[in-house]
Amino acid sequence: MPITHPNLHLTRLDGAIPVWLGGIKPDDLPPICQNVADGGGRLLALWGSDERFPLPNPLPQAGEGANESLRDSQISGFALHVALVNEAGLICLSMALDAVQPVYPDISRIFPAASRMQRAAYDLLGIFAHEGHDHRKWIRHGAWHGFPLRKDFKTYPHLNPLPPAGEEANVHSPAENGMKSNEIEPDDYPFVQVEGQGVHEIPVGPIHAGTIEPGHFRFSVVGEKVLRLEERLGYTHKGIEKRFESLTLQQGAKLAGRVSGDSTVAYAWAYAMAAESIAAVIPPARARWLRALFLERERIANHLGDLGDLGNDVALSFGFAQFWILKEQVLRNNAALFGHRYLMDKIVPGGVAADLTEAGKLREEGAMLEREVRVLRGIYEEHAGMQDRFIAAGRVEPKLAAQLGLCGMAGRASAQAWDARVQFACAPYDKLDVRMATYRNGDVAARVIVRFDELFESLRLQREILDHLAHDGELAIPLEKLPGNGFGVGMVEGWRGEVLVAIHTDAQGNLTRVHPHDPSWQNWPVVEHAIMGNIVPDFPLINKSFNLSYSGQDL
Amino acid sequence: MPTYQIIRQIVRTGIKTEAPPLPDEALRAGPQRLQEDILRAFGGALSIRQVDAGSCNACELEIRALNNAYYNIEGLGIKFVASPRHADMLLVTGPVSRHMVIALKRAYDAMPEPKLVVAVGDCGCDGGIFGSNGADGADESYASCGKVSNVIPVDVVVSGCPPTPTAILQGILTAIGVQKT
Repeated sequence: MPITHPNLHLTRLDGAIPVWLGGIKPDDLPPICQNVADGGGRLLALWGSDERFPLPNPLPQAGEGANESLRDSQISGFALHVALVNEAGLICLSMALDAVQPVYPDISRIFPAASRMQRAAYDLLGIFAHEGHDHRKWIRHGAWHGFPLRKDFKTYPHLNPLPPAGEEANVHSPAENGMKSNEIEPDDYPFVQVEGQGVHEIPVGPIHAGTIEPGHFRFSVVGEKVLRLEERLGYTHKGIEKRFESLTLQQGAKLAGRVSGDSTVAYAWAYAMAAESIAAVIPPARARWLRALFLERERIANHLGDLGDLGNDVALSFGFAQFWILKEQVLRNNAALFGHRYLMDKIVPGGVAADLTEAGKLREEGAMLEREVRVLRGIYEEHAGMQDRFIAAGRVEPKLAAQLGLCGMAGRASAQAWDARVQFACAPYDKLDVRMATYRNGDVAARVIVRFDELFESLRLQREILDHLAHDGELAIPLEKLPGNGFGVGMVEGWRGEVLVAIHTDAQGNLTRVHPHDPSWQNWPVVEHAIMGNIVPDFPLINKSFNLSYSGQDL
Repeated sequence: MPTYQIIRQIVRTGIKTEAPPLPDEALRAGPQRLQEDILRAFGGALSIRQVDAGSCNACELEIRALNNAYYNIEGLGIKFVASPRHADMLLVTGPVSRHMVIALKRAYDAMPEPKLVVAVGDCGCDGGIFGSNGADGADESYASCGKVSNVIPVDVVVSGCPPTPTAILQGILTAIGVQKT
């Protein structure tokens, strides 16, 4: 048992990683969260679901005593789901909320990362964190009314044409569905104001200067020094969670692979893992090895690209040129060997959709990369101008990282020793003995060091995986449809951090609620702290050293 | 000495740049809107403002790859600029989320005439897997307007999920109607 609490009865779920499930009463949520936090555990994800209809129980037939409080009342209301993690595994807590007044106790005092997740849960489902300290809208900017993830929310039967280009937007006329207005309401988001002599604001975005995703940053500065940064995200919200509910299992896999394009392998695997947990299916051994190969190649490609960009951000365009040549070679090998540069749709529920026939090509590539990256690392480390910009920029002390729940690659650069490939080594990682890269300094330089270390480790893992892939074997077992009333969770250590996907099915086995969770939820608020006291021109560098996903958190 | 190592590495790497693709008139979404002589002027130097109107970021990865040594887009006289005021072309990835409609229109309006728009990726072409609720009558999504041409006029579309850098470059060259050799 990962934790004990008098009102908590946990049941272990089938699946590749250790997941426990428990039904609780909302009032028990804060003490249980506190219990997990005191033991060094963290919040992974928080999401809600609409159970008001004679819809089936979203939970599996768990052991006696489990989930009773939820089952008794769930037909009539909403449900809140909270995924926590400690050294023993994942703890998924579910609790029933009232249909008319769906409120639950705030947990952002225990896990600050919960704040934005709670705000998003209100925007999308209308469930409310009582006594939360921040109730501003987060995902919803005003482009719709009502709560889209409620089952009685309908997309408009008829749409008015969009206004011609050039006029101020006055988009759509949602006459039906109880919508109050037919306009995108003015986005009067109440940013926190900083006052004092010489303080001024710099608004940036949603469209940024480079070829990157949209979001808004509000800097409060004195001279060049940043006093405060406030992020406003949600611009790329395209209704992914609602969209899942109208898709089949296979279509859902494609959508999961497009939550965040740079982490398509991690999402596809986490989605498949959740589905396989519900279906109690274990993918064939060769498929599991290939999944790990794909995931490590995704990590290699992203770290190569970001190391190049970090060179570019300190005006060493040599770094960009060199690393992006290497990245392009990895992508081209992906296309030649597996049929897609980013390996999209190559992991499917039940297995994989691509085989490896020319392992020799990857061995050659791996040897070339190790040689070249070693040279480039030497140059980066000895380049005084570069190190001058890297060292002490955007520092997140380990203590702050622990408090705020900084996770993934950035977390490991601030001494947060979590890596799902190590702690919850699902097959084939249980045979690979992944060496976790950690560092204590928490600055841009530390994140660069962790990236280099992880890059070399992924190249080593690729070699080992290729050794294990010597034999042929099945690539997938058929998984057409999921059992009814199922619940499953998958978690994969993507290059950025833990990617989690939770799937709930209805009585017929259709997707009734899918929640993909990006590590960027945890890490975006930490960027607000990392920039404090730095100068504005260092923001692109600091931001890139985290390289968080907008699409993954906007959904 | 990093300087020596840098020069040595540059020499060792050599030139990776490949020949660009030819324009493909089949990619054109509508009739050619710009006069030949203006297009010739663009052909000499083109400035692009890229806007992510709600994509999953995969198209951005491929657009960024255009700057790598293999595609070397700047070697063709094409550069990405920070302001739509400086841009001849808007390179838009989609689907257009309803939260990005205003920003996208403002970016388009801020561009000087004559202006070109290239929509990149399956989502920019038809809404893709995210569905849409746009002017094409679809009602699959409360949050996505679908294809880029539901929001601003589009000259050329480049499909693919994501389209390869070569395909994107081909779309850009088709929009300006020039052959770069």
